[in-house]
Amino acid sequence: MRLASVPISAWIGMAGIALALVCALFAPFIAPYGETQVVGDVWLPAGGDFLLGTDNLGRDLLSRLIFGARTTILVALAATVLSFSLGMALSFTAAVTGGLIDQLFSRFNDLMMAIPTLIFALVVLAVLPQHLWILILVMAVLDSTRVFRIGRAVALDVAVMEFVEAARLRGEGHLWIIFREILPNTLSPLLAEFGLRFAFSILFLSTLSFLGLGIQPPAADWGGMVKDNKDGIIFGISAALVPGAAIAALAVSVNLVVDWMMKRTSSLKGGRGDA
Amino acid sequence: MPELLSVNGLRIEATSYAPGEAPKTVTLVDGVSFSVEKGKVLGLIGESGAGKSTIGLSALAYGRGGARITGGEVKLNGTDILALGRAGIRGLRGSKVCYVAQSAAAAFNPAHRLGEQVIEASLRHGIMSRAEAEKRALHLFTILGLPNPETFGKRFPHQVSGGQLQRAMTAMALCPNPELIVFDEPTTALDVTTQIDVLAAIKHAIEETHTAALYITHDLAVVAQIADDIMVLRHGKTVEYGSTRQIIEAPREDYTRALVSVRQTARPEAVDQSSPVLTIDHVSASYGNGFKVLHDISLTLPKGQTLAIVGESGSGKSTLARVITGLLPPTEGRIRFDGAELPRTLKGRSKEQLRRIQMIYQMADTAMNPRQTVREIIGRPISFYEGIHGAKKTERVRQLLDQIEMGDRFLDRYPAELSGGQKQRVAIARALAARPELILCDEPTSALDPLVAEGILKLLLKLQEDTHVSYVFITHDIAIVRAIADSVAVMHRGRLVRFGPKSTALSPPFDDYTDLLLKSVPEMEIGWLEKVLATRRMESAGN
Amino acid sequence: MAAAGQPAAPVHDAATGGLAAGGIPPATPADPSAPVSGSPLSGPSMSGPNAWRRFVRRHPLAGLILQRLGLSVALLFAVSVMIFGGIEALPGDFATTYLGQSATPQAVANIRADLGLDRPVTTRYFEWLGGALQGDFGTSWASRNSVSEQIGKRLGNSLFLAFFAALVSIPLAVGLGMLAVQYRNRLPDKIINIVSLAAISLPEFFVGYLLIMVFAVQYGVATFPATVYDGMGFLDRLSAIALPVATLVLVVLAHMMRMTRAAILNVMSSAYVETAELKGLSAFRIIARHAAPNAVAPVVNVIALNLAYLVVGVVVVEVVFVYPGMGQYMVDAVTVRDMPVVQACGLIFAAFYIFLNMAADIIAILANPRLRHPR
Repeated sequence: MRLASVPISAWIGMAGIALALVCALFAPFIAPYGETQVVGDVWLPAGGDFLLGTDNLGRDLLSRLIFGARTTILVALAATVLSFSLGMALSFTAAVTGGLIDQLFSRFNDLMMAIPTLIFALVVLAVLPQHLWILILVMAVLDSTRVFRIGRAVALDVAVMEFVEAARLRGEGHLWIIFREILPNTLSPLLAEFGLRFAFSILFLSTLSFLGLGIQPPAADWGGMVKDNKDGIIFGISAALVPGAAIAALAVSVNLVVDWMMKRTSSLKGGRGDA
Repeated sequence: MPELLSVNGLRIEATSYAPGEAPKTVTLVDGVSFSVEKGKVLGLIGESGAGKSTIGLSALAYGRGGARITGGEVKLNGTDILALGRAGIRGLRGSKVCYVAQSAAAAFNPAHRLGEQVIEASLRHGIMSRAEAEKRALHLFTILGLPNPETFGKRFPHQVSGGQLQRAMTAMALCPNPELIVFDEPTTALDVTTQIDVLAAIKHAIEETHTAALYITHDLAVVAQIADDIMVLRHGKTVEYGSTRQIIEAPREDYTRALVSVRQTARPEAVDQSSPVLTIDHVSASYGNGFKVLHDISLTLPKGQTLAIVGESGSGKSTLARVITGLLPPTEGRIRFDGAELPRTLKGRSKEQLRRIQMIYQMADTAMNPRQTVREIIGRPISFYEGIHGAKKTERVRQLLDQIEMGDRFLDRYPAELSGGQKQRVAIARALAARPELILCDEPTSALDPLVAEGILKLLLKLQEDTHVSYVFITHDIAIVRAIADSVAVMHRGRLVRFGPKSTALSPPFDDYTDLLLKSVPEMEIGWLEKVLATRRMESAGN
Repeated sequence: MAAAGQPAAPVHDAATGGLAAGGIPPATPADPSAPVSGSPLSGPSMSGPNAWRRFVRRHPLAGLILQRLGLSVALLFAVSVMIFGGIEALPGDFATTYLGQSATPQAVANIRADLGLDRPVTTRYFEWLGGALQGDFGTSWASRNSVSEQIGKRLGNSLFLAFFAALVSIPLAVGLGMLAVQYRNRLPDKIINIVSLAAISLPEFFVGYLLIMVFAVQYGVATFPATVYDGMGFLDRLSAIALPVATLVLVVLAHMMRMTRAAILNVMSSAYVETAELKGLSAFRIIARHAAPNAVAPVVNVIALNLAYLVVGVVVVEVVFVYPGMGQYMVDAVTVRDMPVVQACGLIFAAFYIFLNMAADIIAILANPRLRHPR
């Protein structure tokens, strides 16, 4: 792969992701003020000391945005990694073992997917106590159903290939078949899928926080910041739009990179990449 | 005779989008010239990728998958059709020039009845009225030998068989009374016993309607039955162009000679009936849904010999291989290997039992992990079965590469960097690496260019001499059986219809199916088709 | 069935609310003559497996549809068990949450008895399910009102919103999808691709507030919040829901359009369209006669799947616009842990989702000529 063949849209996406990551990693060094520090009046306009103005409690919006990047990305990434590990482990086991285990896993997955994710999350979060790790776990479990379905389809595509049969005939164990024969041949579509799930997790987390069920105040996170500042909208105060735009920008960035990766994998399969 | 189609210096290019690379232009066809007279048939022959379909479609001014005609001219009745505008080209397609695709099953629209699709072009181009078109379709269905021609057109594509669809597609091409038809491998997807009927129907219909044709195929024996002239193509260039008689009887080029002669090799069968390495004893098998695929099969294979299993698709020949490997446990019967009974399932077998039986597949592409190098592919059985690693393993891999006549510069290549024949050689080396006593070969040469296939067959025979390995060789090609087998088993619909030493199995008296099978295999002989059809007519008259 | 059958197709997951393309894998076997498997969730029981098998062989279409209906009923039942039983199995005590951490044990016991939580789970489940089947979802813990009464009003409002969003988005999505196919890999297609990719990444609430900011606050041409009440005139209602409808359309459009494009492209690249081209037919006839009949099924499938998303997408949009629908009702109930309301709303949303997925599958079955005209 040559760098020149990477399209401009993918570069934009990667730059966006890099910016968000830098904010997340070095938040305390970059942010001009503290995360929960009240620095001025309520809903001050942008400019002057406060580059993006202040929020509904008089905290610096830019600082909260930078700290929010940390929470949002950390939680979304943790949920995605967890959901991916869970979904991949189960789906590959199902695809390689086949038979009853496959039937059992697949039918249960169908059942989980019969309830829309957001509705499922609302029902479950209504019962469970509000902890960060519970939130991550719920997001991961619900999202792993999607990973399972795709992981199983991708693994089955490869598992029916003759080189896998050849490995079986040789007497190789499940672990060799999964890690040495199937996994290396599914990496690119799965990488794209990981990006997709990450973008989804960011949006999902933000939605939950916006509905008041995600990350709890006073910690800053982008969805919650929209919720905090939404009452300003009718007075023409755009403080709620700033974190909203941040969410959108990050999700667009991830999707741009994913779109490029998907085009690459589809051309790997010999397709023209437009179907 | 005036020239109907004349092609001069044709050059066709396409843009290939290799992953991770800048798009580059590849030349599919380079400097090809030929001509077809009215009512004559030109055969285009070559392996896949030789550019023959691309050339055929150029007669309709069509480029598939982004192929572009970038040079030369294609003249129909003296008019350069490449210079016609969109409307002109549309007026040409489906009225003056028609196309018959390889896969009629995909080429018919699943949503419409066959009759409507057959007459559509005639109506749309205003060639005939609906009543006339329907009458002509009925006539064509009749001469193509379709069952119940009156009601055939009322059926949907999925309601008729593959051979019937292929004939319906021919009817669709003939209906508008075109001057030229392009047949693109019309019988390749069919079984041999079906192929002969379709071939005869096409030949009859072409003669009846005095239509000229381009007949594209990879099978020289097939095209010899139908073409007046033949052009041999390779890598998008003309190898040889002449009359059918000249090409078959006096080929000038080495490549053509190889195409003609590859079927004429035969080796004497082994007479020594040593102890059997494999005994299949009254084996039956079913799929998971209870569908019985093998009925009471019994076979033996002596050590160091080759057993060829012949049959058409659906005969159960590949299923038998799966039963031998343990992938599909038999429902009845036993399999004995070197005197001892083999456990029915793959899981029940020991590593040592697995080592002694290896397998070679038809498609070397899918039989090797594309993410492993040749070193890893061949080396894995060595470390897996014998626990040999490091330099000693590499040494063994080098020896194996030597045995398959490939050097150690291939050690660190990936399968994608090898040619088709090289891939199959690596697959053979992988099987040999386990030091097996029996290798199951599932059509290992049928996806290869005839020349390359012959090299693989020779290699297999040489390896048998060196290592005394036994082969079960699954194939649909009688010529290969003659070339390599010691004993032959013929399978039909899951049953064994014939089994014995090659000399007796392939000599009369025959059972009905073997007779039909042997007579259906096209021979490299002009007039073979007429001879077979005449014999058939005599036999049915005799009955 | 291209869109629903290929999970790896480059169709992005819906923003929030989470519905991948084809929530439930389609139950359409490729070969109708294959015996129908007795999977645990399939098939209404007839007078025995053999009678059922014979019925399917004679009427493959009716058989498959009945099977799909049966699957949906079974799914809905399983979902009801999960929504009710799952909640019971999870840690966390409603009574404690309800009264706060400082409540005395006596008060907790009282309220448990009051809400009927001291009785066995199975009894309560069957009571609840029996009631739900008759349209009675019990009383809200928070307001002590009948849940069904509230839902009756709000469900209508939500459907009103979703209906108009569908009315605008479906023709727009199909039109744009066809436009993208027509200009495939040329400028209009590329623009549509980039814009729709961006639109997929926008959270609903961001789109909503942006629209409010521009149209309600800056220009004052739309109303906010989107209040509707009994006895409100039809036109007034329409103007009240203009912004929420616009938000939903923007959110669902990109998705629907991308899937439509993929579905049509799949048909256009098939061998039978090439055959039509090689017959010298006009572009219009190729599309109308050869592509359309085969593209209808996948496109309708895409639409049904996205409508399922729409029903869920209303949740966030209703909260943004303070619109008195089911979504807002459910979110409010979740924050105060009003379980009867949460369970009722969850079941109804899941039922809609299952129903639309079923409709998508049945349309795909009906459109398959192999099943309509068996051998």
